[in-house]
Amino acid sequence: MSATLGRPLKGFVADTISFSNVDGPGNRFVVFLQGCNFDCVACHNPQTIPGHQPLEGFDPHHLGVDDLLERIRPAAPFVRGITASGGEATQQPTFLHALFAAVKAEPALAHLTCFVDSNGATEQGVWDDLAPVMDGAMIDLKCLDPDIHHQMTGQPNGEVLASIGHLQRLGLLYEVRLLIMAGVNDDPGLVRRTAEWLAAVNPEMRIKLIGFRAHGARPHDPPLVEPTPEALLTVADLLRQVADFNICVV
Amino acid sequence: MEITELIVRAQELVQDGTLAYDQKVRRLAALATEAVPYPALSGACAQALEKRVICDMYEGNAPYTARYILPDYELAIRQGLSYLEMPPPTDLDGALAFLQVMYAYVPSVTTYPVYLGDLDKVLAPFVTDEITDEQLDTKLRRFWIGIDRMLPDAFVHLDLGPHDSRITRSIFRVERSLRQAVPNITLKVDPEITPDDLIEDAVRTVFETGKPHFVNHPMMVNDHGEHYASVSCYNSLKIGGGSHTLVRLNLKEVALLHGGSVDEFLTATLPRYVELTAELAEARIRSLVEGQHFFDTHWLAAEGLIDIDRFSAMFGIFGLAECVNLLMAYEGRDRDGEARYGHDADANLLAIQVVERVAELVAARPMPYCEGGGGHCYLHSQSGIDLDQDVTAGTRIPVGDEPGLLEHIATCAPHHHLFASGVSDIFHVDETVLRNPEAMVDIIRGGFASGMRDFTFNLDSNEFIRITGYLVRKSDLVTIAECGVVRHTSDHLAAGAENSFHLTQRAVKRIGCNERDAR
Repeated sequence: MSATLGRPLKGFVADTISFSNVDGPGNRFVVFLQGCNFDCVACHNPQTIPGHQPLEGFDPHHLGVDDLLERIRPAAPFVRGITASGGEATQQPTFLHALFAAVKAEPALAHLTCFVDSNGATEQGVWDDLAPVMDGAMIDLKCLDPDIHHQMTGQPNGEVLASIGHLQRLGLLYEVRLLIMAGVNDDPGLVRRTAEWLAAVNPEMRIKLIGFRAHGARPHDPPLVEPTPEALLTVADLLRQVADFNICVV
Repeated sequence: MEITELIVRAQELVQDGTLAYDQKVRRLAALATEAVPYPALSGACAQALEKRVICDMYEGNAPYTARYILPDYELAIRQGLSYLEMPPPTDLDGALAFLQVMYAYVPSVTTYPVYLGDLDKVLAPFVTDEITDEQLDTKLRRFWIGIDRMLPDAFVHLDLGPHDSRITRSIFRVERSLRQAVPNITLKVDPEITPDDLIEDAVRTVFETGKPHFVNHPMMVNDHGEHYASVSCYNSLKIGGGSHTLVRLNLKEVALLHGGSVDEFLTATLPRYVELTAELAEARIRSLVEGQHFFDTHWLAAEGLIDIDRFSAMFGIFGLAECVNLLMAYEGRDRDGEARYGHDADANLLAIQVVERVAELVAARPMPYCEGGGGHCYLHSQSGIDLDQDVTAGTRIPVGDEPGLLEHIATCAPHHHLFASGVSDIFHVDETVLRNPEAMVDIIRGGFASGMRDFTFNLDSNEFIRITGYLVRKSDLVTIAECGVVRHTSDHLAAGAENSFHLTQRAVKRIGCNERDAR
């Protein structure tokens, strides 16, 4: 995967943050890549989706791998890895591969683990290409039901489910994230089927249960509803009845 | 002090409805030493003290105890105490009772012991395999309640680490279940020795109680040798020794008196005031040692549990932030306040220049009875007292103006190595870290790898807040405001500090960024 046409390879980067404790194991440097193939109603960063109103002061840049390494180096003593998020990181697979490979190649950074935070809607070949340079993936499963998934994201979920299975086989599935929206994807029967599907992939899977939060999301008609903390715990209990998942409720 | 003033103030004290009986007794004793003549000072020194450019921490006019004393508890347990007629203990119950008795007789400037020992090492010989973890927890829990009730002062401090031990794990469990302000705790961290899961256990304890504080063990050993401890709040000193006194220089006031170029500041004004501070330290040390004969008369010295040759004195500085910002403005380099400490590379460089200059001057000034520090004072970044107003503690970035965590550490870390007797920068983090304590472990390790000596963090939602370095429960501050009497002496200092500093408004670090987490 080299630069094309002799031009240095650039990524389209929405932002970076030096320290994050919510994007994978330990403290992490996070690269948010611009652009997404989903159009989620619950998106907290709609400015990263093409065609959406940019926020004031939001200024995505075309950055090279070296530009990012310069930002990663000062944070390196304090983080155990980097996470590529978005937007949808796998929309820029060549750049992602180049970034991870460069981190692994630099002695002062080689100890950093490279994680991808993804919606999972990408071809299996992308994961196969990334596998030698990545250490784990966090995949969002918006909904097991394809129709509800389409309502929530504007896209089908076939690739998402395939990615979860494939990453498990590659030994790279760190965590599956379930975003729970009240009245949309919290039906007990649906939750049970989801649990059964996930248990078939890995009955000890690490699952992060995230309650939808209206703050930061776009207005919607009818308004989207946040699940109560009790409702989230009920979902967690339903999941646990199916398998001995490692569940973290957020 | 005139006798009439003494009478008025004593009268006010005994009638003060916000003080408990024992607190009145201690304050009356402190008041009495204000009636004794001050050690002789030069006119310039007395004037600087009067204007509080230099400060004696209101230790009293006639020091009759060293400020901070670190008895060698391991030695005490081995040889017993003849003054207190306590033979060496033979089991864990005996050791805990022995320590509890001894603590009652260890003096300090607060009247309570500021050091309770490196308890993991002190108790190690008595924690045999026959004692289960449950039994250990029960015994330590009882001991812990005794410490908080009998020594009700948040400067009471003990140390643990850098090695893992059953005692350390038990202490963290007891801490999390009791959630007391006392004792304060330091965990010594050696990157090569201290396991991640012990640091993580400590981080989880901070989530519950605001303790422990973390120190860079190899850096401390380099300055003090293996036999050191962190005591009171962030004061690292030799075990078997301590600090005679703590004097401090208000760098903001020095900068205000200066008004000229940086060069003149570093070559003329600063040296003048460093010398006046040193003069104050010397006068107080001589008063303690030669006037009151503390080391000739105290049983700890007679029994070899402290040794004057392991003592020094602490030379504190504070108000670095305001000092740097003023100097930047004098030279017209402050860009209307944009180029300030913590936010500008030039200002940060100037800060390091100022601290390095003070360190150089202090290291060049001989000080009597300070063999523990090689015949000189230890440099200390002094974290403030309740009376300070409009001046930032130590070398911290002003409360509320702190930059992001990485920039904050990058600003402070370069001068930590200069403060042998301690430096504190307190980081507030938001509660998302509760679900990912490993992230805090990473940051602590990174901080020490970047040259930090001391590392303290507070959880924003915590019931406990750090005032200058000691802990109080927020509910106790409310109690003082509403009803008066509280049990811990340190709570009164905290109420004053909160009113002056608004410490509860520290800038919270969002290590995480939730809004970007869910799509």
